[in-house]
Amino acid sequence: MLLELQDVTLLYGRIQALHGISMTVGEGEIVALIGANGAGKTTTMRAISGLRPVAQGSIRFNGEDITKMRADLRVVRGVSQSPEGRGIFPGMTVRENLEMGAYTRRNRAEIKEDMDRAFTLFPRLKEREKQVGGTMSGGEQQMLAVGRALMSRPKLLLLDEPSMGLAPMLIQQIFDIIVEINQQGTTVLLVEQNAQQALSRAHRAYVLETGRIVKSGTGSELLHDPSVKDAYLGVA
Amino acid sequence: MTTTETPPTGAVPAAEKKNWRTSGGVRGWFGRQHWAVRTVLALVFAAVAYLLPYAGDVPVLGPQIITEGIDWPSALFNMSYYVLLALGLNVVVGFAGLLDLGYVGFFAVGAYTVAMLTSPDSVLHTEWPWLAAIPVALAIAMLSGLILGWPTLRLRGDYLAIVTLGFAEIIRIFATSSETLRGDRGFSDIPHPPGSYADGKPIFGVADATPYYWLGLSVIILVIFGVRNLDRSRVGRSWLAIREDEEAAEIMGVRTIKYKLWAFAIGAFIGGLGGVMFAGQQGFMNSQTFILQFSILVLAGVVMGGSGNLFGAILGGALISYIPDRLRGIEDPIFHTDLFGFRFAIFGLVIIAIMIFRPQGLIPSRRRAMELKDREKEVAPQ
Ligand SMILES: Nc1ncnc2c1ncn2[C@@H]1O[C@H](COP(=O)(O)OP(=O)(O)OP(=O)(O)O)[C@@H](O)[C@H]1O
Ligand SMILES: [Mg+2]
Repeated sequence: MLLELQDVTLLYGRIQALHGISMTVGEGEIVALIGANGAGKTTTMRAISGLRPVAQGSIRFNGEDITKMRADLRVVRGVSQSPEGRGIFPGMTVRENLEMGAYTRRNRAEIKEDMDRAFTLFPRLKEREKQVGGTMSGGEQQMLAVGRALMSRPKLLLLDEPSMGLAPMLIQQIFDIIVEINQQGTTVLLVEQNAQQALSRAHRAYVLETGRIVKSGTGSELLHDPSVKDAYLGVA
Repeated sequence: MTTTETPPTGAVPAAEKKNWRTSGGVRGWFGRQHWAVRTVLALVFAAVAYLLPYAGDVPVLGPQIITEGIDWPSALFNMSYYVLLALGLNVVVGFAGLLDLGYVGFFAVGAYTVAMLTSPDSVLHTEWPWLAAIPVALAIAMLSGLILGWPTLRLRGDYLAIVTLGFAEIIRIFATSSETLRGDRGFSDIPHPPGSYADGKPIFGVADATPYYWLGLSVIILVIFGVRNLDRSRVGRSWLAIREDEEAAEIMGVRTIKYKLWAFAIGAFIGGLGGVMFAGQQGFMNSQTFILQFSILVLAGVVMGGSGNLFGAILGGALISYIPDRLRGIEDPIFHTDLFGFRFAIFGLVIIAIMIFRPQGLIPSRRRAMELKDREKEVAPQ
């Protein structure tokens, strides 16, 4: 397993956001994490990327225990996140934002390669290369956030609601791109409100409810699960 | 505002060209010049700065510029250490985006260390020369920055502001009440910088402040070089990322606490340098020097000048020192006393005017402008 969470508990002050979460992501998979607002999806991502310390439990990545590892070292190990709300650097240009994505890397030639790859995946970014991040539209910022996350050449890509605020056509497109990224060899852990899309694209998925995993299965299993249908897929 | 325009998409050739060169305004124009032209312009600018003590000799304009109630070279020297402080605070606030309200604390640490090591009044009785005390003073200032930063830099925004405010107050209260730091009795006979003319007279005497100003200016130029290089390095890029979005920076792999500590330590170093210069010129100092207003004033200078922009900070630092000094010795029309007494009221008006007409500061940082806009968007309901 590339990523393994075991009984992970996380507190915000006295509020317990995660109550012992166990989940795995295998090499080459797309795993989706779905759940209602406030279920703890973003919190799970933050635990994995190291933005928040976990109270109990362990996180293993690529055979190594990273539970207590600093966030910046996790990036070096190969964890990369496109955060909820995008987290674009507003005063940096598109190119500079992408360069920030490659912050931990030194090899100029490889960075150039990955920059070109990001521009191929998102031609819009190429057009807007010199525009500052803060003036990009919401959808463009989303592409930039995903492109930037790829710039560290991650083994594991954490995507927190990549379809948020996108027009329906763009949603299709961003999921196509996620699948493409995955087929090029990057493992993906995907948090989504858009359960329909997420479940139909993911190999496996977990359902999170108030800080607990209540269900897991393959994407299509959950897509046809009556309770999931009721709760997350709208009218069936 | 001309400087915040987004560059035209795709229209700019030469992909590697820095963005500010293609933007409008003075900076954009300056950036487009050949490097030789830029060097010459910078040299001319420096020469003018070195000649400022003689500004009074310039016909017509000169008498308007120089101060009346305080001798002009002294006013220039005052400006020089305010500029140093503004440069240092700009690293902390402008580059790294950390709100430090107690910056004067580092100035005090630098000045007091010099006083302790050099003054005959000190309990240490070391009576070192001024020059020898500098490295120790700077090291202690930097160390105090690290010690203050280590526990506090994990705090965000408002908390950091309050803790740093407390730090400056603690230093001030300690200076007022501690027997070792001698309260308002202070330290006298702090030695001046070394050097003498051929006839044996010291260069740095008590009568003429001009050499001190030149020394201050030279230190400023060195600091500008240092800070500019830092800003353009990986360190500067890390600060920028932290300032714009700390969490995003962390996700990119920036070791945020390390770079914030660096900003604090470098800021403290430059602040300490200001204190060292101050002590060396004054010869005497006591606890009255380090009032809280001082910190706020320097911060106001940085914001007024253009937080995040080196030359904005320099201009702001110079103005907060120049404006009150310029008001000295001018009769006010209402009470027929000194306009100096109205300095804070006048300051208030100037700052309000600047914030209305140039909210990004006099010489704004292009990025800062964008960041502010972005933050407004976040606050406003979507
Ligand atoms: N910084 C914080 N301080 C206190 N509580 C927090 C903090 N961040 C999140 N929480 C709480 O933790 C719980 C989980 O939040 P989280 O952001 O992980 O939800 P989510 O599943 O990502 O929701 P959404 O779909 O709305 O993004 C919520 O109850 C939230 O209020
Ligand atoms: Mg969330």
